[in-house]
Amino acid sequence: MPETTSFAAALPEIILAAGAMGLLMLGAFGFSDGEKSDRAGWTAILILFAAGVALLGQTGTERVFNDAFISDPFARFVKLLVLAGSATAILLSFDDLRRAKADRYELPVLILLATVGMLMMVSAGDLLALYLGLELQSLALYVLAAFRRDDVRSSEAGMKYFVLGALSSGMLLYGASLLYGFSGTTSFAGLAQAASAPGAATNLGLIAGLVFLLVGLAFKISAVPFHMWTPDVYEGAPTPVTAFFAAAPKLAAMALLARVLFDGFGGLFVQWQKIVIFIAIASMLLGAFAAIGQTNIKRLMAYSSIGHVGFALVGVAAGSAAGIEGLLIYLAIYLVMTLGAFACILAMRRENGPVEEIDELAGLAETNLPMAFILAMLLLSLAGVPPLAGFFAKFYVFAAAMKAELYGLAIIGMLTSVVSLFYYLRIVKVMFFDDAKPGFSATAPYVRFVMIAAGLFVLLYAVYPAPLVEAATAAAKSLSL
Amino acid sequence: MALTAIFFYLFSTLALASGAAVIVAKNPVHAVLFLILAFFNAAGLFILLNAEFLAMLLIIVYVGAVAVLFLFVVMMLDVDFAELRAGFIKNAPVGLLVGGVVLAELIALLGARVIAPTPASSVASPIPQGVTNTEALGQILYTKYIYFFQGAGLVLLVAMVGAIVLTLRHKEGVKRQSIAAQVARGPKTAVELVKVKPGQGL
Repeated sequence: MPETTSFAAALPEIILAAGAMGLLMLGAFGFSDGEKSDRAGWTAILILFAAGVALLGQTGTERVFNDAFISDPFARFVKLLVLAGSATAILLSFDDLRRAKADRYELPVLILLATVGMLMMVSAGDLLALYLGLELQSLALYVLAAFRRDDVRSSEAGMKYFVLGALSSGMLLYGASLLYGFSGTTSFAGLAQAASAPGAATNLGLIAGLVFLLVGLAFKISAVPFHMWTPDVYEGAPTPVTAFFAAAPKLAAMALLARVLFDGFGGLFVQWQKIVIFIAIASMLLGAFAAIGQTNIKRLMAYSSIGHVGFALVGVAAGSAAGIEGLLIYLAIYLVMTLGAFACILAMRRENGPVEEIDELAGLAETNLPMAFILAMLLLSLAGVPPLAGFFAKFYVFAAAMKAELYGLAIIGMLTSVVSLFYYLRIVKVMFFDDAKPGFSATAPYVRFVMIAAGLFVLLYAVYPAPLVEAATAAAKSLSL
Repeated sequence: MALTAIFFYLFSTLALASGAAVIVAKNPVHAVLFLILAFFNAAGLFILLNAEFLAMLLIIVYVGAVAVLFLFVVMMLDVDFAELRAGFIKNAPVGLLVGGVVLAELIALLGARVIAPTPASSVASPIPQGVTNTEALGQILYTKYIYFFQGAGLVLLVAMVGAIVLTLRHKEGVKRQSIAAQVARGPKTAVELVKVKPGQGL
């Protein structure tokens, strides 16, 4: 294969990686001191946009670098969402970090490098590519969690995330080494052959390797029982970074999970389906019940994200094209809802700094009705109330589960949805019916923009869902089911 | 063959013994020195496997850089190892349980290997005939595996940027080296000619 085609398929990644390195140079030598972080942020958004344009220019399915890198509609769908999520996270970070005096130009650089890692994960066609992408992403995220290094909670979050992340990487690598030892190949295509060979289902080495791999990936998507780090890290990390954590990396890791399970281990579907169903049910239950007692809204969002991972995994467990389609739509809608909700959390700020307790939202409807309305819409959408976007997200995955005759899974999912409605509604009640506390200070324009855009999306998705559904349908076809 | 076997058992026995000594040594500096011994023995095992490049890498990177760094950390940081060890004993049952589970799994895997011998017949990159393995690695590292190589490079870049972000502090009032100023310095500004009168000194 000529080298030029190899490079063309990976053009978005190359743009991002080169852009990140260029931005590092600009930050160190180019920008003047005053506006450094703002300019770096805008340049990073521009680079993400350029990568997005390069991505849109690609068509068809291309496998390059000896099958280690796959560019197909599935990968491109998720990559676009990841790029959008990263750009929005940078947009949300401007105001907050400046006020915390932590506005340094390295933040956009690290977000760009993490995004390269995520794109590598989404396109991975080989265990080595999987691990390198994951590690590139995670390493950047550990640093971002501890970005406010003078803040004890932020340092603690970074440390916890790092130690537990290293453990999960170890598990994943152990699984990968077992898989290589028992199949003699690291490429997903080769693994698929080994997994569908006769006797694969009784090959303990392959199955143990797959289980360890799943443990490592479940940690990265913070699925139960590997979720322990999530609330602490979400609470401790700077809020814009938490918004980034909850959005783009989850999407990339979910896409990677789907890719490795379907493209690599389609032959062992019966074996891994049980594991995925267990993880999904446990995540949905924990997400619903553990969030009830939370008073800090960032911790609440952490449990909410654990629950949402469970719902998205229902689509994977279904193991059908409809399931993958549901997963993709779920991820897209979850991205918008989460970023919108975090924009609202960033807007919770009084003169003497940001506030994070749910009680601080009391009477928001009196002091700032538009924000209360948008936050209520986003929360109800997260709970899955029709006709908001979140309802359709859940509808697609549960419909796929019903079609795959996973009735128990679908029913448990719906019940936990109802339970989770309780704690989302509690916030709505606090905002609309409790005695008003003093209003928040003025919201930064970009944060307000993200809030309004997300609010409009969840409200109006039902009017015109066709583009997203069509794109997801096309993308789901490229996985081998 | 007998000689190879003798050396294999020599290296592996020493590696295991020094590995155990790393954990039980009371003095942390001794522990690091045992770690270095373990690295050397592992390198010896690599040489027995005809993987001389990996053996050299292990010595240069792990012994030359990592272990020496450990030694610096151990000697410079004031870590109370007695206290750490107390925690170790308290948590030992849990650790033993987890270790036992993993050991049981490994034994099960070993059994599976005997029952279903599907060894790796299709190694991803077999060593080509007639070249050393250093050359063989060189032939694929920058061609077939260029993507992984570059990816690993980016991971290292992130590690570097991260270390700087988390630790570098610009203090006010610290004298810094300015290479431009140093280079621009000429005889006019740097040298002062003073006429000293005899018998007076400066």
